[in-house]
Amino acid sequence: MSQVIQKCGCRELSEVEKYALLEDVIEEYEGKESNLIQILHMSQAIFGFLPHEVQNFIAEKMDLPISKVSGVVTFYSFFSTKPKGEYTVRVCLGTACYVRGGKKILEKLKEHLGIDVGETTKDSKFTLEVMRCLGACGLAPVISINGKVYKRVNANKVHHILDKYNKGGV
Amino acid sequence: MINLTINNKKICVKEETTILEAAKQNNILIPSLCYLEGVHKLGSCRVCVVEVEGAKNLQASCITPVSEGMVIRTNSDRVRRARKVLYELMLSDHPRDCLQCSRNQSCELQKLGELIQIEESRFEGEKSKDFTDATSPSIIRDNSKCILCRRCVTVCNEVQGVGILNSQFRGFATEISPSPELPLGSASCTYCGQCTTVCPVGALKEKDSTKTIWQALLDPDKTVIVQTAPAIRVALGEEFGCQPGTIVTGKMVSALKEMGFDYVFDTNFTADLTIMEEGTELLGRIVGSLHAGKVISNEQLEKTGFKPSDNVPVLPMITSCSPGWIKYIEHYYPEGISHLSTCKSPHMMLGALCKSYFAERINVAPKDMFVVSVMPCTAKKFEITRPEMVNNGVPNVDAVITTRELAKMIKDAGIHFMALPEGKTDHPLGLSSGAADIFGATGGVMEAALRTVYEIITGRELPFDKLHVLPIQGLERIKTAELTILEAKKEWAFLNGVTLKVATTSGFRGASILMDDIRKGESPYHFIEVMGCPGGCISGGGQPRPTNDEVRKKRIQAIYAEDEGKRLRKSHENPDIKSIYDEYLGKPLGHKSHELLHTTYTKRSKF
Ligand code: SF4
Ligand code: SF4
Ligand code: SF4
Repeated sequence: MSQVIQKCGCRELSEVEKYALLEDVIEEYEGKESNLIQILHMSQAIFGFLPHEVQNFIAEKMDLPISKVSGVVTFYSFFSTKPKGEYTVRVCLGTACYVRGGKKILEKLKEHLGIDVGETTKDSKFTLEVMRCLGACGLAPVISINGKVYKRVNANKVHHILDKYNKGGV
Repeated sequence: MINLTINNKKICVKEETTILEAAKQNNILIPSLCYLEGVHKLGSCRVCVVEVEGAKNLQASCITPVSEGMVIRTNSDRVRRARKVLYELMLSDHPRDCLQCSRNQSCELQKLGELIQIEESRFEGEKSKDFTDATSPSIIRDNSKCILCRRCVTVCNEVQGVGILNSQFRGFATEISPSPELPLGSASCTYCGQCTTVCPVGALKEKDSTKTIWQALLDPDKTVIVQTAPAIRVALGEEFGCQPGTIVTGKMVSALKEMGFDYVFDTNFTADLTIMEEGTELLGRIVGSLHAGKVISNEQLEKTGFKPSDNVPVLPMITSCSPGWIKYIEHYYPEGISHLSTCKSPHMMLGALCKSYFAERINVAPKDMFVVSVMPCTAKKFEITRPEMVNNGVPNVDAVITTRELAKMIKDAGIHFMALPEGKTDHPLGLSSGAADIFGATGGVMEAALRTVYEIITGRELPFDKLHVLPIQGLERIKTAELTILEAKKEWAFLNGVTLKVATTSGFRGASILMDDIRKGESPYHFIEVMGCPGGCISGGGQPRPTNDEVRKKRIQAIYAEDEGKRLRKSHENPDIKSIYDEYLGKPLGHKSHELLHTTYTKRSKF
């Protein structure tokens, strides 16, 4: 990871400080178009997500059209233009998980969280996403929460997993 | 040279030719869609696939170069099936309301369907992007019709170097836009409309202004005046089946009269007027900077008719007739706006004169006039909304339609265009010189200005064959010329030996190169002509489709033919220009001129 990113705990930074940091990142990558994806990764690490204003700032500093920056941001699913919750719940919809009930898990999660795919709960706790095959087909169906994988999930008991996070984390 | 076989025919083509080009050169037809000669070859639609012996997959012929001994089939069963499936997939996400579509009969998707004989559509599916962006005053984006060919992306990014349109999202959700949160009306778009001229379908088009014009024509209390730009008369005929480059000036005037316009004037008249104003402004800037640099005395300055001033004038001066260019410089080089001539564009000048000089003459209140401009341009639709384009509380021009819209109106009116007699424009804002005609082609404003400025300084005609400054004509990106002043008139004698340096460019790519030089303080020029669209107004964003270099050249030829066919070739010799100064305006850059014919610019941001 970049030097500049390592020295900070971004969540506590003010907006002004975040933009200053972003400027350092762009400078570190010499503002080159070929480094745009890396720069966007860093920006997402700093801001948590990539709203239009941040994309505009990057476009201006790198002298790129905003349509190009947003083209890249919207192309890759790991960039988000909306704020993310504290926990990102991802449901695998790869073939194995799908046939073993992944779809049902997703429905249940939507119901429990009261949100659709790509959305975040009002209390900013959970973001719901789907993923393609994780390569853990033997453990299907799986979900992951902030990277931690839960195997052989039972759709009817999936709320127990959420409860742990609601109680203040694992 | 490379030898290959297409459909059992042995052919020989230059290296680096693509299969599609090789076929075309040998009269072999390969249906294609997104490919646009000289502009766009990306292989994005894959309709042009062919079978290449030895290759596992079908190859997109527009991006595959030929190689020695290649054996190609363009019409095998596999190829025919593949392109039909591709076509039907496109149709499955398309509204298919051809009968009420603006592109009906001029749609490339429709034509392709006929060419490859589509008679069924086996796939039905969800529609991906059913929304229209109508936020721009010039251009409408109907996303439901977009087939994602990306021609507009290439034109906006590569040809124009602006980069407003790009592909957003991926897969089924893909859309072409400035960004999901930025409608065209809020983007730093120049409204040049070049994207609308390449769109094969009804997804990008000008914003309709014909309805308000029909309304005005029906209103008995309105005096409705129309004017046409120099580039209309050499392109309008194409909408009625004429070859590119056919001149239809007289029929166009007759059609306008038949549609019910009370007066048919000519933007060419104010093109001549622009030369008087802009030429004088140029001379003023040149002598002003010589005066500021203490090269000439107060007395010498005053003999040329200019007054000493504390402001050091800015050079090079740059033309201001192209509103797409104006919006471009305001967004992308805002610090450079002092280089712009303060002249309004010719049709704005004509509008302003209609609602002052002419209104007085015919005793009609300016508010009861409705001025329509027929322009080759989409940016002019935006231009008339600028707050500066108002005098005495009424807008200079009330509506702008493109050449394409005029053709629609003529058809709507049930007029048999080709059978019309040759009409004549009305007085007093209708007569023009050949110098005005050439405004429509890149390099034309410069040549017209030189014809007049050189004669003011030396008293002699511009020393070029038929008055044509050939080095600044044509489709190259940047063209330059130098003109050394010798044997100037007495009051201009201090210019003897001075070399006037000029440059002309069309399209924003060239403009940005010239502006970067200015930014660095390295521009050697006195005067620069910039037109927003490649080739100038003859291929403006509102001109008939298609526009390629061949069509551009034909329209340019027609423009010069129109010029050479006139007895009057120089703006300052137009007798009606002389009278309007005598009767009304006084002199170029005088008080009335400033009020009616000149304008200011706004710094805008790039993001
Ligand atoms: S864009 Fe072409 S194919 Fe589509 S509805 Fe219009 S005319 Fe028909
Ligand atoms: S009008 Fe010109 S600048 Fe605007 S999107 Fe179209 S091509 Fe680009
Ligand atoms: S808007 Fe027109 S030119 Fe642009 S991608 Fe869509 S169909 Fe092609």
